Amino acid sequence: MFRAVAATIGRMINRLTDTLNFQAEALVLRSERQRVIASNIANADTPGYVAKDMDFASALRQATGQAATPAQMQATAAGHIRPLAGARSEAGLRYATAAQTNLDSNSVDMDRERASFADNSVKYEATLRFINGSVRTLLDAIKGQSS
Amino acid sequence: MSMFQVFNISGSAVSAQSQRLNVVASNLANADTVAGPDGSAYKARQVVFQTEMMGAVSAAGVKVSTVSESDAAGRRVHDPKHPSADAEGYVTYSNVNAVEEMVNMISASRSYQNNVEVMNTAKTLLQKTLQLGS
Repeated sequence: MFRAVAATIGRMINRLTDTLNFQAEALVLRSERQRVIASNIANADTPGYVAKDMDFASALRQATGQAATPAQMQATAAGHIRPLAGARSEAGLRYATAAQTNLDSNSVDMDRERASFADNSVKYEATLRFINGSVRTLLDAIKGQSS
Repeated sequence: MSMFQVFNISGSAVSAQSQRLNVVASNLANADTVAGPDGSAYKARQVVFQTEMMGAVSAAGVKVSTVSESDAAGRRVHDPKHPSADAEGYVTYSNVNAVEEMVNMISASRSYQNNVEVMNTAKTLLQKTLQLGS
């Protein structure tokens, strides 16, 4: 009897936190992409710098387990580095091609980077609102109709 | 939290661009400097930017690797009455090109503004993140 109740509650909690987990992964990825775009804007005048961007859709799919993440390197000794794997990793970032070629072979297109930055900021905020919304829904459900 | 590194990245860019602005200011200030007794006038300086990895993956800041001096020949003006004129009556000025420096200045100030705006946006987003769940 108690075991059945515990299992039901466990499933309920899982269902409640699944949305939160998904949004939390999305938030972390959004902030990582923000960092990548900030790097591009910072290096707008660096000769030879190649602009990078994250394939957000596949990074999110890998982070939430909807797609398989490529195997990660194993650290078998204390000094080993263990880089991230998949679309969010350094190696998984895509290189941007320059819209207009440049003599110093810098491929940062400031218009595009500014647009991506604004886009990413808005979506980061949207994710924050989704999280706030689900927290509020959960709190309402827990408190019930008090009046 | 990778959002905090945005401040390191954009901060490094802002300081590099302000150094570039400094160099432009000294070039413009010395645009009309004539050659001294040793015969060499002021040489235009130029900063060289380089990507600086900031620890974590995909955090690429920027730094000034060197300040290089231009080897271009100085501007020579025929003015025999000038106290610094040489035996042929020519005065050698610095090799600063004022137009190039103005363009450089505008580019540096635009990049500076871009990076400041990036930091402002990151700050707003972080503040909203801190208020999460309230």
